[in-house]
Amino acid sequence: MTAASEPLLTRTDHGLYCAQGDFFVDPWRAVDQAVITHAHADHLAWGCRRYLASRECLPIARRRLQPGAEVGHLEYGQTIDIGGVKISLHPAGHIRGSAQVRLERSGQVWVVSGDYKIEPDPTCTPFEPVRCHVFISECTFGLPIYRWPEPIQVFQEILAWWQSNQQAGRASLLLGYSLGKAQRLLAGLAATSGSAEGANLPGPIYIHGAIEPLNDAYREGGFVLPHTRRVAEAEKGTDWSRALILAPPSAHGTPWTRRLGAHSTAQASGWMRIRGTRRRRAIDRGFVLSDHVDWPGLLSAIDATAAETVLLTHGYTAAVVRWLQEQGRDAHALATRYQGEHDDAEELIPALDVQPKPDNQLHGDSASPAGKVT
Amino acid sequence: MKTFTTLYAQLDGTTKTSDKVRALVEYFATADPADAAWAIALLIGRKPRQAVASPRLREWAAAESGISDWLFQESYDAVGDVAETIALLLPRPERSSDLTLSRWIEERLLPLAKLDDDQKRLAVVDAWRQLDHEQRFLWNKLLSGGFRVGVSRQLVIRALAAHGNIEPAAVAHRLMGDWTPTPAFFQSLLVRDETDTSSSRPYPFFLAHAIDQPPAALGPRDAWQAEWKWDGIRCQLIRRQGQTYLWTRGEELVTERYPELVSAAECLPDGLVLDGEILPIKNGQVGPFSQLQRRIGRKSVPKSILSEIPVVLFAYDLLEASGQDMRLDPLALRRGKLERLVKELGARHPAVAERIRLSPVVEAETWEQLQAAWRGSRAQQAEGLMLKDRGKAYGVGRERGAWWKWKVAPLTIDAVLTAARRGSGKRASLYTDYTFGVWHNGALVTIAQAYSGLTDQEIRQVDAFIRRNMVEKFGPVRTVKPELVFELAFEGLNRSSRHRSGVAVRFPRIVRIRTDKQAHDADSLETLKALLPPIEAHTPDRASKKPATSD
Ligand SMILES: [Zn+2]
Repeated sequence: MTAASEPLLTRTDHGLYCAQGDFFVDPWRAVDQAVITHAHADHLAWGCRRYLASRECLPIARRRLQPGAEVGHLEYGQTIDIGGVKISLHPAGHIRGSAQVRLERSGQVWVVSGDYKIEPDPTCTPFEPVRCHVFISECTFGLPIYRWPEPIQVFQEILAWWQSNQQAGRASLLLGYSLGKAQRLLAGLAATSGSAEGANLPGPIYIHGAIEPLNDAYREGGFVLPHTRRVAEAEKGTDWSRALILAPPSAHGTPWTRRLGAHSTAQASGWMRIRGTRRRRAIDRGFVLSDHVDWPGLLSAIDATAAETVLLTHGYTAAVVRWLQEQGRDAHALATRYQGEHDDAEELIPALDVQPKPDNQLHGDSASPAGKVT
Repeated sequence: MKTFTTLYAQLDGTTKTSDKVRALVEYFATADPADAAWAIALLIGRKPRQAVASPRLREWAAAESGISDWLFQESYDAVGDVAETIALLLPRPERSSDLTLSRWIEERLLPLAKLDDDQKRLAVVDAWRQLDHEQRFLWNKLLSGGFRVGVSRQLVIRALAAHGNIEPAAVAHRLMGDWTPTPAFFQSLLVRDETDTSSSRPYPFFLAHAIDQPPAALGPRDAWQAEWKWDGIRCQLIRRQGQTYLWTRGEELVTERYPELVSAAECLPDGLVLDGEILPIKNGQVGPFSQLQRRIGRKSVPKSILSEIPVVLFAYDLLEASGQDMRLDPLALRRGKLERLVKELGARHPAVAERIRLSPVVEAETWEQLQAAWRGSRAQQAEGLMLKDRGKAYGVGRERGAWWKWKVAPLTIDAVLTAARRGSGKRASLYTDYTFGVWHNGALVTIAQAYSGLTDQEIRQVDAFIRRNMVEKFGPVRTVKPELVFELAFEGLNRSSRHRSGVAVRFPRIVRIRTDKQAHDADSLETLKALLPPIEAHTPDRASKKPATSD
């Protein structure tokens, strides 16, 4: 039997669906049963009747879902059976609680990577390759121009930037997604300066209000983050020039930043690898720190699964598919709701509020048979 | 090359001019003079010629990186810059280099011209293997002749002047003409004795504020001189010690670019400084700025351009006469002298008076009459009116109160976004170049392409909309579901047989996104055509063109 004969997952207009077990993986809309890889908004639809997530993900998912949502959980590696499909979750190393979803039925194993990265990240359990027949991988940064520097080197650069701003008497505004990147920055900067509690940091760290509930979720899950204060709670006359202020990218250029006085703005993101992205956004400094897999990581992760078939989604799918096919692999694109290359867009881009009209569903393309695993 | 790479990163990493100047001053103070001379040459755009054709560079870089051509192309599409794409794709360097910028250029870059392709390839790849990411980026930029950085010539001049504690105008003058980047040249830039340059020095330009109240609130009509606000190149013409200098408002010396003005100026008396506007003229009519653009940036002007786009200077102020600084005299006095001067010039040298003219005063007894003339600005190729207090001196910089600019509003129309492509260079990661259409017989007809006018946030929102609503792909262009409506402004429009719509719009820009409108609410081609000027070429209003006599 081949993967082709009886796909474990198909693409519907609600997302990836497992007919045998009657559940969805990271559905785009409210469904009955949803297995979720992690708590970023484009993987976590509201209003599902029941969710299944990793235990590490639980406190975060709860804060992002409707109150009272039913969320079941699994330990990494623990297996349950739904409708004859064995389901287990495996660390994806993307953000805290992120998981790859492994499905097994009749000897066929499918793995959905969700978002993942290979680089070390103290805030989450490291990525573990899972052998499978069909591997559905993200490829947000699926071009060879994307190669990440060592995270430790990036944290050192950020600390140096912070200190040089202190010397120049200006505040350091650091932008990063509020879930995952912000906590990784906090933990990484603290650890790099020599104390997980942040005792050796060059100055105080203030956080934007949007980040606080997520920090709380991390702490609630038992993870140690350095001490932070909320910007909104700073006293009048606070001298920001010694401080690092952590805010989501959407705060960039808003009146909110005015209170900081003279400041330098930096962003930590994989997109900062490209000079134009940084300049386009009028960011003074770009730090290349991504929670997604880079090109060499993507290729090595795919190799490690020993998959017969690779389905690519979220990103530069066409390029990765072609490259893999040239290497003799059975690879295909799996169309998703997001046609573009900007994952994590949910925090970056509030959608344009166009007046709705009856035939104007922004992404209601009718279901094409997903992935077409033929 | 490391210190120059650091300078580049500093200049590239800030938009604040004060930070850029500080970085430049620091560099000039510490750099080796040979490097500093080359740095100046590169920063002001005197870069070495392209040493290697771009397709060769791509080919060698793809091979060195172990990827195929199509993947190089995909990568390039995401980055938007060949030099950067190559720097990002190459494997990590094997070793490092301490060679200075001047030696990299003189010993590695310039000799490439004499090599054949195979030898060039060896030299280029050898360089790649010892340069880090930032250095490779600059090296590639130098190889491809595409080096650019976000500093103006003015900032370089400011920094050199600050570093050498000399007048910026002296530095600007010394940077003119032919020179080679040598340590001696760098030192000669900073010589304190400025007698070599003082006769060329312009006065600081006096600048107007946009009027923020009804003009009638300025007081009596006759206290204010009204002139057309020209859409040309603001310029000071200096005639001293038998020499002519033309300085733009950006304090750029552009004498060589307007030979017809220089030869006309030879008939002007010595010790004279005029403030005015360079404008293109054809059959006695002032032409649009777009014609001038074909002359801006040209170092040498071919005869064909000289006859195709002749220019004149419309003088509107007299800053120096008989070697005396006139700026503290009231405008009425300066204007009177200016008018006499131009009149005398016309009597003695009629041909010269064709080149150096008086910018007319717009006559109107009441503010209402003036407003009527103001509405006709566009027909004069003017952007509106200037209102100048007859009793005031010629100020310095942007002082409030003496000069106001009163611009006419641009034309606007609501159009639908129909297609988009990615920006180039720094905008390559986003869809930023938009095509717009208006309705005609139930379909959308393309009327304009526009790039600017949105905030960063809006650009990202529109980018996200485009990515989710793509319909078809034509090379780099993506057609988009026609749903988003934009208000576009433009400076003018004309009939055009080259455009399918039959209309050419001038300087279109985005005013705002009309999220309150749906596609079918956008304007029609008929609405746009109603804004066209009358079929016959408009004859300027004689009355308002006639120079006023001083009173
Ligand atoms: Zn994610």
